[in-house]
Amino acid sequence: MSDMGFMSARLRRGDMTPGEKLWQMSWSLIFWICCIFAFGFAMLYSAANGSFQPWAAPQLARFVVGLGVMAVLAVVDVRLLLRYAYAFYGIVFVLLVVVDLKGFVGGGAQRWVDLGFFQLQPSELMKPAIVLALARYFHGVNMEEIGSPTALLVPILMVIAPVILIIVQPDLGTALLIIMGSGIVLFMAGVRIWKFLAVGGLGLAAIPIAWPMLHDYQKNRIYTLLDPDRDPLGTGYHITQSKIALGSGGLFGKGFMAGTQSHLNFLPERQTDFIFTMLAEELGMIGGLILLGLYVILLIYGYAIAFRCRHQFGRLVAIGITTGFFLYFFINIAMVMGMIPVVGVTLPFISYGGTSLLTLMLCVGLLMNIHVHRDVHMGVRGGFKDF
Amino acid sequence: MTITRDSDWTKMFTRRAAVLGGVQATMIATLVGRMYYLQVVQSDRYKMLADDNRINIQLLPPPRGRILDRFGQPLALNKQQFRVLVVPEQALRVGDTLDTLARLIDLSEHERDRIKKEVGRKRGFVPITIKENLSWHEMSRVQVNAPDLPGIMIDEGLTRFYPHGQDVAHLLGYVSSVDEADLTGDPLLQLPGFRIGKDGVEKVYDLQLRGKGGTSQVEVNAYGRAIRELERQEGEAGADVILTIDERIQGFAAQRLGEESASVAVMDVHTGDLLALVSNPSFDANAFSRGLTSAEWKDLSTNDHKPLINKVLSGQYSPGSTFKTVVALAALEHGVISPEQTVHCSGSYNLGSYVKHCHKVHGSVSMVRAISLSCDVYFYEVARRLGVDKIAPMANRFGLGAISGIGLPNEKPGLIPTEAWKKAARGERWAPGDNLNVGIGQGDVLATPIQLAVQAARLANGGIAVKPRLVRPAVQGNAPITDDARPEFESLNIPLAHMEIVRQGMYDVVNGPPGATTAMAAKLKLTEPDMKGWTISGKTGTAAVRGMTAADREAQKRDPSSVPWHLRDNALFIAFAPSHAPRYSLAVVVDHALGGGAAFAAPIAKDIMELVLRLDPSRKPRAEDQIASGDAPAQSEVR
Repeated sequence: MSDMGFMSARLRRGDMTPGEKLWQMSWSLIFWICCIFAFGFAMLYSAANGSFQPWAAPQLARFVVGLGVMAVLAVVDVRLLLRYAYAFYGIVFVLLVVVDLKGFVGGGAQRWVDLGFFQLQPSELMKPAIVLALARYFHGVNMEEIGSPTALLVPILMVIAPVILIIVQPDLGTALLIIMGSGIVLFMAGVRIWKFLAVGGLGLAAIPIAWPMLHDYQKNRIYTLLDPDRDPLGTGYHITQSKIALGSGGLFGKGFMAGTQSHLNFLPERQTDFIFTMLAEELGMIGGLILLGLYVILLIYGYAIAFRCRHQFGRLVAIGITTGFFLYFFINIAMVMGMIPVVGVTLPFISYGGTSLLTLMLCVGLLMNIHVHRDVHMGVRGGFKDF
Repeated sequence: MTITRDSDWTKMFTRRAAVLGGVQATMIATLVGRMYYLQVVQSDRYKMLADDNRINIQLLPPPRGRILDRFGQPLALNKQQFRVLVVPEQALRVGDTLDTLARLIDLSEHERDRIKKEVGRKRGFVPITIKENLSWHEMSRVQVNAPDLPGIMIDEGLTRFYPHGQDVAHLLGYVSSVDEADLTGDPLLQLPGFRIGKDGVEKVYDLQLRGKGGTSQVEVNAYGRAIRELERQEGEAGADVILTIDERIQGFAAQRLGEESASVAVMDVHTGDLLALVSNPSFDANAFSRGLTSAEWKDLSTNDHKPLINKVLSGQYSPGSTFKTVVALAALEHGVISPEQTVHCSGSYNLGSYVKHCHKVHGSVSMVRAISLSCDVYFYEVARRLGVDKIAPMANRFGLGAISGIGLPNEKPGLIPTEAWKKAARGERWAPGDNLNVGIGQGDVLATPIQLAVQAARLANGGIAVKPRLVRPAVQGNAPITDDARPEFESLNIPLAHMEIVRQGMYDVVNGPPGATTAMAAKLKLTEPDMKGWTISGKTGTAAVRGMTAADREAQKRDPSSVPWHLRDNALFIAFAPSHAPRYSLAVVVDHALGGGAAFAAPIAKDIMELVLRLDPSRKPRAEDQIASGDAPAQSEVR
């Protein structure tokens, strides 16, 4: 008993050794994430017509690196995260500005900075950064303060500024993801429902103004959603072929590596955005449901971690990250099934792509960090607080 | 205080998390619902669409059946060729592709326009023929430059080839690309460059020759490239059609006619087999198959010798004196004159105020002499006694006045007039003078060369209603040519005695009356050493052409060559041989010949008949025949 009491006190104070923290990680969550990745690994192998190159093997290497990143992040003191949340946000924001300026100078759209060994997409990093920054902001604000409009000004600016930079890139999909993810963090932080309705109303009112500012391809994607047969060989082609692939897969699928639509190249981007289509063509609705089930397990873990956490910062980070996962897979799957416009959103842990996978593993790391530091008591500024 | 705030916040957080979780669960449920809709409810539809995407059904054109002569010599066969096609939807811009192609192969502006027009008419994935009959050189140039020619492909195909194109053009017709009007629903007809028979045997037997198309199911990827063949169903090659024609006789006759506008029909008097059916001048059937240039077309269509008309079937001529054989038989049947009874020929014949002339003063002539001398006065008298309505049925029994029924297109029926016919056609009463014209095969009487050959055959075989045929009965498959049984024909019910009188007359036409030797007999004597004692029987005809004035006729008597070509008399000759046991009949008609049937048509007939007799398979074959009828087909032939 005393041992346990001693342990819980240490947990509250957060002064565990790194080894203890590793032991505290949710190994079952890691197992489930490995399951999802294994699914993706198999699909990348199939996408290359039964070869580990060029996708499956590099992706595995990144996943292993990603697991390392996750472990490192899990043992970092949560109070450091809180303390440096704004700094991290600021760095990513600067990187976004740099990318945009390079785009203007280079005369073309650019979304990444070349770090020599790695091409970094700041807009990807902005997703965890904004979650951390918002969580940091609301960690110090009590219920009464949230009710005042002035208290909302700062977080709204924190969201709007990077979103504008990302729209300019132009990357509407990521911008919308950040808006939605941030909105949910605000919602969970306790912002009044009517304020969301007001912003939503403003957003709808802005559509007629924003519409002429959209690029042609973006408009086409929305037209295509409304009527996929409008131009079946043009902009509607991808979504039509994707639906054919899904539908022809049926309940049980055409068999692993036997998807005709995927392997005969009717399906575009089968290793990235449309990988779910290939999965559902080859493994059928059953395969699709299994993957959805794994994602649901991931969501449940996320919620559980949020509930179990005893500090506001951790709860908001956990919910923000879990929501990010949800938005990712929901938007991607809804897109390939023709329910929403084509946006460049990948399927988490499955789609091929380095930045995306590493960002995801970073997010898992944050989630894990919250899990490990669930009982730590934190002051407003991240200091040790005992009572 | 802090604790209360914390628990307030926790309550709010829990509530809102429940709402969020509920919303997310609902959204996931819609994903599942959508998945169910696509993958279970609509699955069959999408499976079909996926197969539509990946499976390309291609038609495999069957090789067209050959057309063979009676000894298996190919008259029409298929030759391998290369052609270049374009698939418009694979070519980025058809115009650019054609420009590039024009630097490699000869491509006229005219051809490019045609291709562009066709591109506009057909759907993007239908290949369009750019050029056929590419040489090996051109083909390899295109192949080497294939990367610069998107949408261009080379196709190895078969093209129709007529080894004896000039000799058989009218008979065989030609093949040509399919017109809108030809579409019958047979998918083969929609294949690019598919050819169907447009005239002659090629047209009549097109379905047999065409065969049945096979199909090949090919899996293709999104770019239309074939990945593998899933299923192949072989078609059925077109069946050969074996004609009764003997190419050697056909070719010789065509050559013998030279530059004349003329026709020849040669026929077996017992079986009806047509050994030759020649219309001269001719054209090259191969030129029609590849497509005529406008210069060639103009040349053919404006030629006054009318090479495009198959005169042997659709040329209608006054039969002239050849018709006297029929008039004589009608006279004997109706008893208007006995064979021995004579008519006096003073060189002219009076019917009321109407005077008709004979070409000579013959004195008293019996029937045999009247035929052999071709005395007009005798037949004026006989025709007057008979009247046209007693002549016409006899003419009809010999196949005149109706198409022969060999089945080729554009055959003309000729005309055997009757009193009723004149009333109906012209609204005029039959005049007694009309009988006289009919008596010598002039006036309204018209016959085609093939009808004349049939008439000669029925005279030769003793009055059996033999019908001509062009195709051997065994046209299905590649069964060996058998010596099929002699077909059965009805009898014309003419007493043999009557036939003998006419045949004696025809014998005398060629060989002269017993004891005498005429100039004609010397000319028409068969010279082959082993045909000694074999003779030809025949009947000449020299028929005036409509539109000739009395002045022209006078001029022709003085100097035939002074009359314009198109007004000169036609020369006719019908014959059969050997006289003692007839086997073959023939008819020769030479348009507007200088000199009549005896001088012009008969020597041609004799030369052809001599060859026919020499090639008769019932005679012991000689070494040179075996070479000529050798069974090894030409090397270039492809089946």
